Amino acid sequence: MMNFFEKCKAVLLKFWNKYEISFDEEIPNTIDDTRFVVLDTETTGFDYINDRILCIGAIVLQNNTIPIHDSFEIFIQQEHYDKATAKIHGILKEFILDRPNELQALQQFLAFLGNSIIIAHHTVFDITMINNALERNGLPKLTNKTLDTAVLYKKTLLVSHLLERKDSYSLDELADKFDISKKDRHTAMGDAYITAIAFLKIVNKLRAKKKLTLQQLFK
Amino acid sequence: MKNTISHRVADFLKNFPPFNFLHQKDIETLSEQISIVYKEKDSVIFAENEETHNCFYVVHKGAVTLRNSQENDILDRCDEGDIFGLRPLIANENYQMEARTYEESILYAVPISIFKPYALQNRAVGNFLIESFASNTRTPYSKSYSGKLYGETIGNETLDFDKNLLDIQPVKYSKKLITCYSTTTAKEIAQIMTKKNVGAILVIEDKFPIGIITDKDLRNKIVTGEFPITTTADLIMTSPVITYPKKMTITQAQMAMMKSNISHLCLTKDGTANSKAIGILSKHDLMVELGNNPAVLIKAVKRAKKAKQIKPIRASIMQLLQGYLDQNIPMTLTSKIITELNDVCIKQVIEIALKKMKTPPPVKFAWLALGSQGRSEQLLHTDQDNALVYEDVPEELKEATKSYFLALATHVNKGLFEIGYDYCPAEMMASNPKWCLSLGEWESLVYHWITNPGKNEVLLSFIFFDYSLSYGDRELVNNLSDFIFENIKANPVFYIHLVSGALQSPSPTGFFRQLLVEQDGAHKDFFDIKRRALMPLTDAARVLILSHSVKSISNTPERFEKLAELEPHNRELYLACSYSYKALLKFRTKQGLLHHDSGQFIALEALSKLEKIKLKRTFKTIKELQELITIRFNASNIL
Repeated sequence: MMNFFEKCKAVLLKFWNKYEISFDEEIPNTIDDTRFVVLDTETTGFDYINDRILCIGAIVLQNNTIPIHDSFEIFIQQEHYDKATAKIHGILKEFILDRPNELQALQQFLAFLGNSIIIAHHTVFDITMINNALERNGLPKLTNKTLDTAVLYKKTLLVSHLLERKDSYSLDELADKFDISKKDRHTAMGDAYITAIAFLKIVNKLRAKKKLTLQQLFK
Repeated sequence: MKNTISHRVADFLKNFPPFNFLHQKDIETLSEQISIVYKEKDSVIFAENEETHNCFYVVHKGAVTLRNSQENDILDRCDEGDIFGLRPLIANENYQMEARTYEESILYAVPISIFKPYALQNRAVGNFLIESFASNTRTPYSKSYSGKLYGETIGNETLDFDKNLLDIQPVKYSKKLITCYSTTTAKEIAQIMTKKNVGAILVIEDKFPIGIITDKDLRNKIVTGEFPITTTADLIMTSPVITYPKKMTITQAQMAMMKSNISHLCLTKDGTANSKAIGILSKHDLMVELGNNPAVLIKAVKRAKKAKQIKPIRASIMQLLQGYLDQNIPMTLTSKIITELNDVCIKQVIEIALKKMKTPPPVKFAWLALGSQGRSEQLLHTDQDNALVYEDVPEELKEATKSYFLALATHVNKGLFEIGYDYCPAEMMASNPKWCLSLGEWESLVYHWITNPGKNEVLLSFIFFDYSLSYGDRELVNNLSDFIFENIKANPVFYIHLVSGALQSPSPTGFFRQLLVEQDGAHKDFFDIKRRALMPLTDAARVLILSHSVKSISNTPERFEKLAELEPHNRELYLACSYSYKALLKFRTKQGLLHHDSGQFIALEALSKLEKIKLKRTFKTIKELQELITIRFNASNIL
């Protein structure tokens, strides 16, 4: 008979295997056919070690379309909490009862994510937060390909001495530039939506310059 | 799945019919099943005869044109909140028109299977859908057609093409009634009318209209001294009021005004004077609807209280431009009128922005249009290029003053964006701290350009020296111009750089006199009329006019005409340049209107032989002009 830990491990492996197997499927090589998952996380802070994910919001983007019913929003039960950041994300410690724990949330998230290409704004942050959560639960890191709208946006800018480029552009700046409403800013879903629309507009801009393949987005 | 996005969608939908007839809860449930679709400008959503989609569409952002491809007639243009693609809901057959995005758009796709039960349950929803399917006639582009959601006539609907749009187009009237009572005095009435900026006021009793007072009544009865200013409304009003039902077409309204020789119609609930007044329709409203008169359009712009309201008027301006080009009205006149109209739009955006500021400007300022707009050569919607200059202030006020004007400029740039001017990709906009400076700061910047003319400095001078005043204080601008002339005179070397800059535009023709097209990029194999033909003329005109120290002419053809006057021996060449420029600009404008873009890139195969010859003829002039400036501003001649 398996003991408790072995049981847990078996469950873990099961959903992780499912996630891993999804990568055996071939990813289409055109932008329109590709399934992107645009995501954002709200966290208790910016410390990769001590801070925790409170919410993951993710939407699917395929063929220029965002199907709302196929989106993902999960609030996670966490022990660690920081009052200081609460005024940004507005998630109170106990406001939703019945929140899944981190492992359950990750399990659901991986099932949703599959082998899709991840898009986020300052992707490194969100991915690192998720990877650290995976690690805490004894799981390996995400293997999805990723894109970052903060990086892609810079490619749309004019190459000119007249224009001073910044090192980094915030999601607010992108929203202003592309005339995207900042309603629901600083909620995971709201930010994911702004990121998705910004991504579409960036691709549109890059396409105006030259033919664009999926591979070129990663360069 | 219920989430933040579905709430966001529901929040939008609840403001528009037919969704506003539904319960909030139903809208939310519905929103969970909606897909958000992004479409680039000019992409097809569905084609004529295409099998129907399993959804219909709501425009969230942008605009969509419905078109009948056989006749190439625009049937309707849908803006924010409009619905289209209802056919699958009503009839089981392919689309009968094409839907294509007019601008970059975001659409909500509503699944028919989810929506249909609501439409069948809720009569108001169903009726609205039938009505919008049957008479999508709110816009000047639409024609009527009929269809049924209930009953057996499904599939029986026919497209009913009316040749005369005005006959079927319902009037748009102002629903915000400006009213007074029979006891209101003439003075108060005049104050109300001035405040609300209207030409007529309705005198009501128990919501029923009993009389009307127009500008003309006030002039004829009060200003003439016939009645004192304290006279009450009942003594000066025109009574009884001529009333009509609200469902009128434009032609009917025109007829009614002509018949009774009046300028305002009162619309009431049942069309008689014994029911509630619901709107006033002025001759002016009708004229705007017809959109063929610059004076009327200017008035409409000046009445706008939000930048958003200017956008549809700009669409009318484009229609007007198309009309002028079709009628072959001289380009000088056309560009004058259109520029004037564009200027009024910009002025109004600035006025609106000023109202948004909590305090009036701390010092005098001037809003400068740069580049093609500054040269009054901007006929089509292009990017915005602008800058701001304000009076010098003492050191301690510097920061506050700058942040005031930056805040103002941010409002203006956003407003201009809303009415259709894209943001400048190089950030040459007044909201950029680099281009929002005091007079003194501008002077030292310009001085730096003139005395250290590198590549960037020359490029900046090119853009900046074509400025013209859009709004604000003329003296500030004159001071700046004087400063520029003095310093250029003192630094003749600067001309050499200007000239070499002016000669840098790529040549329009190759060795075999064929038109040179772009080699790569999205515009591969297109002819770049702006860089290869218009810019060489503009740049040369600028150098020459600066060398004559002629102030405040920034329009390229006008500059050439002035040059012809100043240098009689080169008169012929200059006049040819002026003519060529206008011809090229017309070329570009026509192309731009055709493709709803800036017209910069021309597909050569699309041109007729005659057009190609015309185009090539202008190149000879360009070449001669370039030779002239090369010789005149030869370094050895100046130093």
